[in-house]
Amino acid sequence: MPILTVEKLTKSFGGLTAVSNVNMHLDEGELVGLIGPNGAGKTTVFNLLTGVYKPSSGTVTLERDGKSQVISGQKPYHICKLGMSRTFQNIRLFKDLTVLDNVRIAMNKDIRYGLPSAFLHLPSYQREEKRVRDASIELLKLMKLEEKKDELAKNLPYGEQRHLEIARAMATNPVVLLLDEPAAGMNPAETAQLTELIAWIRENYHLTILLIEHDMSLVMKICQRIYVLDYGMVIADGTPEEIRNNQQVIEAYLGEDVNDA
Amino acid sequence: MKISGKTLGQSAAFRKLVGALVIYAVIQILLATGLLSDYYFATIVTIGINVILAVSLNLITGFTGQFSLGHAGFMSIGAYFCAFITLRVEGIPGFLLGILVGGCAAALVGVLVGLPTLRLRGDYLAIATLGMAEIIRIIFQNIKITNGAAGLSNLPQYVNWPWLFLFIAAVVALTVNFLHSSPGRACIAIREDEIAAEAMGINTTRYKVTAFIIGAFCAGVAGALYATYFPRIKPDTFGFMKSVDILVIVVFGGLGSITGSILGAIVLGLISMFLSSYTELRMVLYALLLVIIMIFRPQGLMGSRELSLALMKRAGDHLMGLFRKKEKEGRV
Ligand SMILES: Nc1ncnc2c1ncn2[C@@H]1O[C@H](COP(=O)(O)OP(=O)(O)OP(=O)(O)O)[C@@H](O)[C@H]1O
Ligand SMILES: [Mg+2]
Repeated sequence: MPILTVEKLTKSFGGLTAVSNVNMHLDEGELVGLIGPNGAGKTTVFNLLTGVYKPSSGTVTLERDGKSQVISGQKPYHICKLGMSRTFQNIRLFKDLTVLDNVRIAMNKDIRYGLPSAFLHLPSYQREEKRVRDASIELLKLMKLEEKKDELAKNLPYGEQRHLEIARAMATNPVVLLLDEPAAGMNPAETAQLTELIAWIRENYHLTILLIEHDMSLVMKICQRIYVLDYGMVIADGTPEEIRNNQQVIEAYLGEDVNDA
Repeated sequence: MKISGKTLGQSAAFRKLVGALVIYAVIQILLATGLLSDYYFATIVTIGINVILAVSLNLITGFTGQFSLGHAGFMSIGAYFCAFITLRVEGIPGFLLGILVGGCAAALVGVLVGLPTLRLRGDYLAIATLGMAEIIRIIFQNIKITNGAAGLSNLPQYVNWPWLFLFIAAVVALTVNFLHSSPGRACIAIREDEIAAEAMGINTTRYKVTAFIIGAFCAGVAGALYATYFPRIKPDTFGFMKSVDILVIVVFGGLGSITGSILGAIVLGLISMFLSSYTELRMVLYALLLVIIMIFRPQGLMGSRELSLALMKRAGDHLMGLFRKKEKEGRV
């Protein structure tokens, strides 16, 4: 039973159909890649899955606790509460806030105290704030950002900002995690480290991950299955081995070498 | 004595409490000994009310990032509703009930204006609040129970320094507490990046409305304090220029800095007092000050930082460093 099912998902911007009739599914615990040339519509798929855009047509269904819920058309914060979280390709951290605050903010939805406690800092506030702080620092340790918890997000080097985006997304306690080009701008050593980290968190946090990435070495190494998008359409899906040898994919990437990895 | 591993003297909350009490005591002594006359106390009241207005507008605009142009509208709601009460219920109960009713009435109008506009992204709130404040002014100017343009007079006066201080301290403390809570951080996240905040599970409309209502309530309280210190209120007092005045304080002090808003209200309040007999000059100076701030310190006096002992010490060291450098240069 897939945890996420995408059926005939379509999105048009005026005359441009950025995503066209896309069918996808993610099984629980899978790590799936979403690749395709620039402008293929990958980020638009993420924006549709997380409710940033409303689909022109098609449905997205999320399976949670034995119930399936149609999430297409829902508000982003609601989709997040149902267990889907993401990172952004063009980093969207809360720049002028500290690293710790960036993570704590993502835990807001699970806070168990109300406005009276927020105003008066009652015992429930103290208890919950401690819990959130500890949990945030736990995540920051994982991303090796613990020592920088009091720095402003905008002052982190690029690679660490990408890590912080992942920490923040994980702080929402998701079941499905969408990563939009997490290795963009990283050198090969950093990419290799990140590859291991992603595999590790999927395992240890029982996550299902959908990953957009241009770095084929990363994709081919850790993804169990791959979808290939071109001009908004899925032109192939299968194991890394199958994708590597797919004639259509090779043509879509004309010039770029899929066999690099 | 130890509090969570720190000695009492080192606890930040304790230092703030001591600081607040010292300010309270100094002004109380100056008033009791007659060193500060009633004239100066009126200025203090005006500054105090502006502190409440600026802090509450800063919550909406500086911390949550929602541009509001009608803060004086909420103030007038608070003032008139409070006056209705104090004209009918006598004594301290009437005073406190008036302030509560004034705040709640303003908050209710905040819900009516905020709910439809804050679910939209963009600056619809600015236009809606601007319109709201004007509509309120025109209504108060034209209905009988508010006595039209002449306004209400012979209002009973209750506000003295202890009451004023209590309300300022309460508004500032509760606002600061709120900003250091999860709902407060959610508001700040909306200012930082609304799309990211919503993707991280924050119901942005809910928190924008929450901040807006808290701000409207406090502005209502400020208006109620106005109507229980000054014996007369009229619609003109709460016109567009008053909203601009409050916004100027917030921008001058620094969007996103509570201490900035307090300093801003004090500095601009004192300037106004010294120039009170030259109304035109005051407006020119105000405008000039704003232009200068915009050129040399667009982030306002404090930026989004808060004034703290550590910050003052650093600023002091910096100044001393400058002096020393000058000395050395002089010697060469
Ligand atoms: N909000 C929008 N309005 C109009 N067109 C859009 C919008 N968002 C995306 N597009 C268009 O949709 C197409 C797909 O864009 P998208 O960002 O999804 O591509 P992508 O596969 O993520 O590319 P890249 O690898 O460069 O990130 C592009 O042609 C883009 O210009
Ligand atoms: Mg993209």
